Amino acid sequence: MKSLEELQKIKERALERRRMSAEGMRARVVVAMGTCGIAAGARDTMTAILNELERQQITDVAVTQTGCIGLCEFEPIVQVQLREGEMVTYGKLTADRVPTLIARHVVGGEPIDDWTVKQKA
Amino acid sequence: MAYRANILISSAAPGAPEVEQALLDRIEELQLAREVQVIQAATLGPQPQGVELVIYPEGTHYVRLTPEDARLIVDEHLYKGRPVPRLMYKGLEVEPLEAPASKEVRVVLRNVGKIDPGNIDDYIALDGYAALAKVLTEMTPEQVLEELKRSGLRGRGGAGFPTHLKWTFARNAPGDVKYVICNGDEGDPGAFMNRRVLEGDPHAVIEGMAIAAYVIGARQGYFYVRAEYPIAVSTLRVALDQAREYGLLGDHILGTDFSFDLEVRMGAGAFVCGEETALMQSIEGLRGMPRTRPPFPATSGLWGKPTNINNVETYANVPQIILKGGEWFASMGTEKSKGTKTFAIAGKVKRTGLIEVPLGVTIREIVYDVGGGILNDKKFKAVQTGGPMGGCIPEKYLDLPVDYDNLAKVGSIMGSGGFVVMDEDTCMVDIARFFMEFTQDESCGKCVPCRVGTRRMLEILNNICAGKGKPGDIERLITLGEEIRVGSLCGLGQGAPNPVLSTIEYFRDEYEAHIYEKRCPAKVCKALIEYKIEAATCIGCTRCARNCPVNAIAGKARQVHVIDPEVCIRCGICKQVCPVDAVKIE
Repeated sequence: MKSLEELQKIKERALERRRMSAEGMRARVVVAMGTCGIAAGARDTMTAILNELERQQITDVAVTQTGCIGLCEFEPIVQVQLREGEMVTYGKLTADRVPTLIARHVVGGEPIDDWTVKQKA
Repeated sequence: MAYRANILISSAAPGAPEVEQALLDRIEELQLAREVQVIQAATLGPQPQGVELVIYPEGTHYVRLTPEDARLIVDEHLYKGRPVPRLMYKGLEVEPLEAPASKEVRVVLRNVGKIDPGNIDDYIALDGYAALAKVLTEMTPEQVLEELKRSGLRGRGGAGFPTHLKWTFARNAPGDVKYVICNGDEGDPGAFMNRRVLEGDPHAVIEGMAIAAYVIGARQGYFYVRAEYPIAVSTLRVALDQAREYGLLGDHILGTDFSFDLEVRMGAGAFVCGEETALMQSIEGLRGMPRTRPPFPATSGLWGKPTNINNVETYANVPQIILKGGEWFASMGTEKSKGTKTFAIAGKVKRTGLIEVPLGVTIREIVYDVGGGILNDKKFKAVQTGGPMGGCIPEKYLDLPVDYDNLAKVGSIMGSGGFVVMDEDTCMVDIARFFMEFTQDESCGKCVPCRVGTRRMLEILNNICAGKGKPGDIERLITLGEEIRVGSLCGLGQGAPNPVLSTIEYFRDEYEAHIYEKRCPAKVCKALIEYKIEAATCIGCTRCARNCPVNAIAGKARQVHVIDPEVCIRCGICKQVCPVDAVKIE
């Protein structure tokens, strides 16, 4: 990168890609993979998500990772966002819950209320 | 031959073989083998719930069974025909996942948990490297320093030295070769603020370091990260590669004359290497030991060159201050402590974890609003801030606004932001002993008062906890503590007596109870307590006697049991297993 303009271009491209990926995709699934998440089994959860999507041959779901979101006691944490929907945060989303999550939320479009983390006033 | 009952067992569940064996043994004992049949079914029910049984023809579903439960089911359900409701499946179990409404204000953690740390584009999309670009193209080093001064940012590693001053000293120090270092050797037990930043938003720290390098005139920087953070290290390495690929590190960054690159160095587990001069020795390949200051690192640091060394969190604040202005940052916090701070809340609170709040919130807000209050609704006793060299702050200061100066006033430190909460069941002498054990272990041995003094203090504390405390011990601890404090070169020795001195100041009665009455008020110190079984409550279930590892408990079934204090090792297992809470500590 040799100039400010280039940085600006990369920024626009990155923002565009964030938007694009939301448009072309059915859903975005984010797994929190900080040390806290990994210690609670986030790697297994991540593997289970990828396997389940592959098994069902679902290709229009973007799976990414992020750091600790600050709710370590609820790890593994998975966030699911449908095309125009709100980001839904799931806690204690262990690998054995993944098939149900994919079937009901990602494919069925209905968040699983019992498994979400609720912020209390 | 038809069976009276068929039992399905979830044979794939962990612990199933033991339960099955207990089941079969009991069936055999009661001579029911010809009437009932046990069938292995890998899994049962809609969600796995430990070892499960389903008994047909009724279809009764039992969950989370121990071998003991299995025997009970044979006795009750199969032999006497009375199902056991207590062990039955009660619908899908849903654990409520309730988080507190967030009181957080995120500056350092603004991107953590929002971006993919492995993708630099994610960071750039959220204004990443815009601050570096602004600094390189629009600002002189003096203007950056001015902005930092306006922000009031102080070092987040613990001592709270004004960041703009530190940078000014390094900038003004004569020399062509200068270095910047990021201290990521977060060694305080229970603290993981820096890990979260490095793992979740590594570029923010890299950008902050690049800005520091521009200001002081450095071309080379080092990340010193403890080896216990392998994920942080690998995330950081990926981030550095991506930044280099984009030309945000390396020669002529953004087409300017500014060149800068970074290297990662890993610590080897020595706590003292979090001290800046010991850390630099470690980077140089020497044994990590502090050295006298002055000269300060700003004039003579790494390899004798002017060096700026800041904590992870300090650097991560810098890009935001450049983008949003010093006034914005200074609008948060207290008069002398601006901005936000991350705290790792641990200990006896309902919700442990990591938060970022503006400086000046009270201890009460952190413990009760953020931490959700004390575990099991017990009483708050004290909080220890700032890691193993911090002091214990008692209940009367619950409404103290947390900032650098207030914590120092009550005998503790901000440190890197550790926040260990203690409840009424914590023995303050034992806790002081615990921290002294840690610092004594981690003392590098260079300064005699720290090397020998912490050892002596630990011995006195061990004696007090073992019921061998003598009159004069408290005074000896105070004298030793004060001498170690003034006779040590670095923060480890200077801070090591803090937990002891502060607990003596605020909880002297507990020390006195240990020494003069041979009594541990919190019932923690093993030599000063005795386990007893309350005769009126004991139901003679024999559970305590069967679980006692040293066979210290005598008693027959359905008769009151008695613990022999001579044999008892005070492990507390009897208290844990007693179904009617008959075991008491005296």
